[in-house]
Amino acid sequence: MSAEIVLKQIDTDVKGNKIMIYMKGTPDQPMCGFSAATVAVFKQLNVPFESRNVLADENVRQAVKEYTSWPTIPQIFINGEFVGGNDIVQQLYSSGELQKLVTK
Amino acid sequence: MTESEVKELIAAGLPGAVIHVRDTTGTGDHFEALIKAPQFTGKSMVQQHQLVYKSLGTHIQGSHAPIHALSLQTSPL
Repeated sequence: MSAEIVLKQIDTDVKGNKIMIYMKGTPDQPMCGFSAATVAVFKQLNVPFESRNVLADENVRQAVKEYTSWPTIPQIFINGEFVGGNDIVQQLYSSGELQKLVTK
Repeated sequence: MTESEVKELIAAGLPGAVIHVRDTTGTGDHFEALIKAPQFTGKSMVQQHQLVYKSLGTHIQGSHAPIHALSLQTSPL
């Protein structure tokens, strides 16, 4: 897959899903503490979300970092917008902001 | 990397910032940082974190980056 095709796919996925999470592992089997913590929050909120396992595809792993100019995983998008990584998601959850974002 | 190396890199990119860095696993590759910087005023969380990542450059970006994990708490100074 060329880099451009992968970037386009990310753009489609991000805009086509209300909540999109690029993570290490899967929601049922996260492979990193930060990815696990992020998924736990959305499961707690009981909202549907889509995810991609960047460990399963190195092209996606590199492309999503290029898409957001953000060097780490997980990366969370809500309503087509990049919200940040796990730290930001946890902060938004504590402050009640995340709940507002997901019900918009 | 050491805590002070990470701190120095962030300090170079964010002059005037108050920075605390902790190695969370003792293996020199997982850190958490608490940063208050004047440059964060008026910026979103994503923008604030991006300024920190920019200061760290290839120490956190790329396949051979020495920093594998970085927890951030940022706020304006």
